[in-house]
Amino acid sequence: MKASAFIYHRPETIDEAVRLLGEVAPDDGRVIAGGQSLVPIMAFRMARPPHLIDINRIAGLDRLDTQDGWLRIGARVRHAAFHEGAIAGPTGALLAHVMRHIAHHPIRTRGTFCGSLAHADPASEWCATAAALDGVLVAQSTQGTREIAVRDYFEAVMTTALRPDEILVEARLPLLPAGTLTGFCEFSRRSGDFAIAMVLVTLRIEEGRIVAPRFTIGGAEAFPRRLAEVEALLTGAAPDMATWRVAGDLAASLLDPLEDSITSGEYRRDLVRALAPRAFQQACA
Amino acid sequence: MTSTKGAIGQPLTRIEDPPLVTGRGRFVADINFPHQLHMRIVRSAHAHARILSISTQAALALPGVYAVWTAADIAEIGPIDFREGKIEKLEPYRQPVLAIDMLRYVGEPVAAIFASDAYIAEDAADLVEVHVESLPVIIAADAPTGEFAPGLSTEAAIVAQGFGDVAEAFANAHAIVELDLSVGRHSGVPLETRGAIGRYDTARDVLELHGAAKVPHKNRESLARVFGRGTTGLHLFEAHVGGGFGIRGEIYPEDILVLAAALRFERAVKWIEDRREHLIAANHSRQQRHKIRAAVDEKGTLLAIENEFWHDQGAYPRTHALRVAETTCGILPGPYHLGAYKATGHYRLTNKTPAATYRAPGRYETNFVRERLLDAIAVRLGISRIDVRRQNLIRKEEMPYARPLCVLEDDVSYDSGDYAGLLDKSLAAIGWDELQDELTARRAKGELVGVGLALFVEKSGLGPSDGAHVRVDTTGAIEVITGGASVGQGFETVMAQVCAEALGTDYKRIRVIHGRTDRIEYGIGAHASRATVMTANAVHAAALLVREKALTLAGELMQCEPALLDIVEGNVVRRDNGAGPSISLGQIAHHLRPASPTRRGHAPGLASDGWFETAHQTYPYGNQIAQVSLDRETGAVKIERYVIAYDIGRAINPLLVRGQILGGFVQGLGGALYEEFLYDANGEPLSVTFADYLIPTLAEVPDVHVIIAEDAPSTRNPLGIKGAGESGIAAVGAAIASAIEDALGVPGVITSIPVTPQRLKRILKDNRL
Ligand SMILES: Cc1cc2nc3c(=O)[nH]c(=O)nc-3n(C[C@H](O)[C@H](O)[C@H](O)COP(=O)(O)OP(=O)(O)OC[C@H]3O[C@@H](n4cnc5c(N)ncnc54)[C@H](O)[C@@H]3O)c2cc1C
Repeated sequence: MKASAFIYHRPETIDEAVRLLGEVAPDDGRVIAGGQSLVPIMAFRMARPPHLIDINRIAGLDRLDTQDGWLRIGARVRHAAFHEGAIAGPTGALLAHVMRHIAHHPIRTRGTFCGSLAHADPASEWCATAAALDGVLVAQSTQGTREIAVRDYFEAVMTTALRPDEILVEARLPLLPAGTLTGFCEFSRRSGDFAIAMVLVTLRIEEGRIVAPRFTIGGAEAFPRRLAEVEALLTGAAPDMATWRVAGDLAASLLDPLEDSITSGEYRRDLVRALAPRAFQQACA
Repeated sequence: MTSTKGAIGQPLTRIEDPPLVTGRGRFVADINFPHQLHMRIVRSAHAHARILSISTQAALALPGVYAVWTAADIAEIGPIDFREGKIEKLEPYRQPVLAIDMLRYVGEPVAAIFASDAYIAEDAADLVEVHVESLPVIIAADAPTGEFAPGLSTEAAIVAQGFGDVAEAFANAHAIVELDLSVGRHSGVPLETRGAIGRYDTARDVLELHGAAKVPHKNRESLARVFGRGTTGLHLFEAHVGGGFGIRGEIYPEDILVLAAALRFERAVKWIEDRREHLIAANHSRQQRHKIRAAVDEKGTLLAIENEFWHDQGAYPRTHALRVAETTCGILPGPYHLGAYKATGHYRLTNKTPAATYRAPGRYETNFVRERLLDAIAVRLGISRIDVRRQNLIRKEEMPYARPLCVLEDDVSYDSGDYAGLLDKSLAAIGWDELQDELTARRAKGELVGVGLALFVEKSGLGPSDGAHVRVDTTGAIEVITGGASVGQGFETVMAQVCAEALGTDYKRIRVIHGRTDRIEYGIGAHASRATVMTANAVHAAALLVREKALTLAGELMQCEPALLDIVEGNVVRRDNGAGPSISLGQIAHHLRPASPTRRGHAPGLASDGWFETAHQTYPYGNQIAQVSLDRETGAVKIERYVIAYDIGRAINPLLVRGQILGGFVQGLGGALYEEFLYDANGEPLSVTFADYLIPTLAEVPDVHVIIAEDAPSTRNPLGIKGAGESGIAAVGAAIASAIEDALGVPGVITSIPVTPQRLKRILKDNRL
């Protein structure tokens, strides 16, 4: 469990970082942010990047602020930054709640929001959150800067639209309107483990009816996604247990579950069915 | 006997803790020698294959690589022997230090790299190419057997024990209850992985192994045989040990390799295991399938048990040989009367990591199996789970209770116990009767809640003998020299307490030596809950002899009868006048110097050996009660309450006993709900990191109500001690399984552990719950 040899770079500016990455990316040179996913993989030698570009010294990447109705999360922002609700309102409350399901405290003080998006573990809570809120990712390379809608970002397990020569400099999340209710539930074997399935919901209730629902599953498929069919079913429905159960059943039936030699697809379906009503109950509590 | 009361029986804090909690601990990885080489093992990536060739040139060519060994380089070293001597029929199955021609599990050592640092060693290991021809694998012990080698079946042995006329009992039974039960593959996973440093002192011709644990003296004997050296030229040294649990400290291939390399290269050779290696290379344990049936009369009396089981040994026998399977046979009947018994164990080799003893070997498994059986009998006959147990229990008046069975080559004979009395205590603690009403009410509201219990008899303190040496220097400092070992259990504190009690001194001033073969010729180490029984009694004997010598000399100097004297806080005083003249132990030691003119003809030195001998083990006992609730949608199990009652005979230090019980419980919980070494159909291990092999964390561990009883002191040693090490873990699988089944309300559905959420969800669905 010793990483293979690598050359360590610690650029001070984003321009230098993208230049360096442009040079080493073809040889599998990589960005290191919090190191909480990359370092274990290197220790197992499942990744052997010959170059590491540490972005932790780059000024400006620690930005965490709101602008024009968007929350902007720089590449150096740690999970723990969301602990006490980094911002006011339902978005801040949701992020603070979700964060408590990510790993354990020491990991949260290092791991980054953008690193989670770049790594794209199917069970990443931040990936599910970004999918739920229809976030936008800002990628920079020597060829310039581009925005990628999270909707178009995930491609397969740990595979995304981010190119190897691009640094994810920022993630942007649209702020939820005041009055939005949010709920998030996941199931993992032990506290702090990667989840086997998760459900994130946001909705408003107007005149006793559900308005603008978002229903997102994570951990259960190759990458998180909103389920439009479930949202259609919810829109205008009464916010009650019967609705939550129907939504859970529909979500379970729509699932294209991950399956491996330990966890069956059927069990993941069972979990989505179980978690959906709980997430709604939490939102409406 | 002694007058400075209080050291024994008090919940004193541990003397070994200050360095450990201030970052001053010294574990094997902290030990370094000048010019040392680092060893890395190239391990098999195949579960079963024939080796066609191994190419090591690329690895050897890497700068910093000193040598690369395959089996051919250590042809003079034979396979790894069994700890307790030769076992003819198992000899051909022993594991070679490095694989010869065949690979039999993923993780098997194939080659060893020696390099100037650990990184280079690992780089080089990646460059070794092993060309193989894959062979079909056997993954389950109950699958059809195959050939280990030409003419050798993978059923390496059959173990059998029994007594009475089983056939007749079944023929006359009122009912026959039959179950098919399985315990999953899991093991002790210490936080500190293994490590070994071989060093050859060329100036003195002494070979040293650092990083020893558990049984240094036994291992010295085995290693001396391997290297053809006398034991005086081979020494083992224990560092701080971050957990042992039975799996750490046995002789493994890596121990032999570092020693062989140190001898050949005349350089220290260091090996530190990484976690992935640990999970595929260190001993696994527990995996057994039992087909068990009981013949009972109409009241539920156990007339006979027939117990056939398949023991999944993994690819090779390890140093324990047949021990777990033998113990499984001998200990299964537990606290109950039994008319007749027949146990047959199939000791089978599979293409998985070899298995051996893990904390409560043979008991965790059989407690699960036997207590499941008792629950099933209760259901079958429509009597309560408590009554069926109570009426079969061996009674206090029947002690000592011998049974024609054998555990660890020792005839089973329970020394003392009040099984029913202890059961009453825990039933009262959990409020069993009221609890039934409470659970009924909750069930009526739709909750899945239940309670389960399990009784067990432990074994501890295997003899036949152990010794210790106690000496007092001229400053009054006391050294207790033992051949024991500390795997973190508080060994030093316990030995110091016992010595302090006998000598009338402060236990904190006593230095306890263990895990060093250069300080004492003999030693039993730390395994099978025997250190406190055997070594503490030896320390006690030695300390009493030192006391006697001190009082004799003091009596002469103070001109009074030794019987009138006492030792208080290290000073000899008159019992009738504590404030009068006194003489310190240090002064007495000064009088006893070899050259002292005031030695008065006594043998030099204020010191003595002491020995303790015993004919039989002692049998502590206990019970555990679990209350659980189930999440019917996810299959998750929540432990709501847990009670462990344990009779220890005499608790030298209740704080440490409690620690042992709680630590054991957490591991037991792992085996019941979380921990499992899984393999795919090709023999590829799936549980190779702490993300896949799930040890309970603090968040998963409920509060446990611990009852430490001292109702039945052992009759087999002067201090009345029974062991503590394995009580917490022994019946966790049994009690939790019983509680889950009670919560489900469907008899007979919990037949295997661990009960993972996914499996429980399957059961819930199958039973439309
Ligand atoms: C014990 C443990 C438990 C965990 N449990 C959870 C959990 O429950 N849920 C969860 O979501 N995560 C969990 N994690 C992972 C943790 O959240 C990681 O921090 C996170 O996934 C990655 O963020 P990082 O900053 O550490 O990225 P790194 O480890 O530094 O990098 C990960 C990958 O992303 C790339 N990368 C990182 N930042 C950028 C960037 N700005 N631009 C381009 N590429 C980039 C790297 O090159 C690398 O390939 C756990 C980790 C551990 C060790």
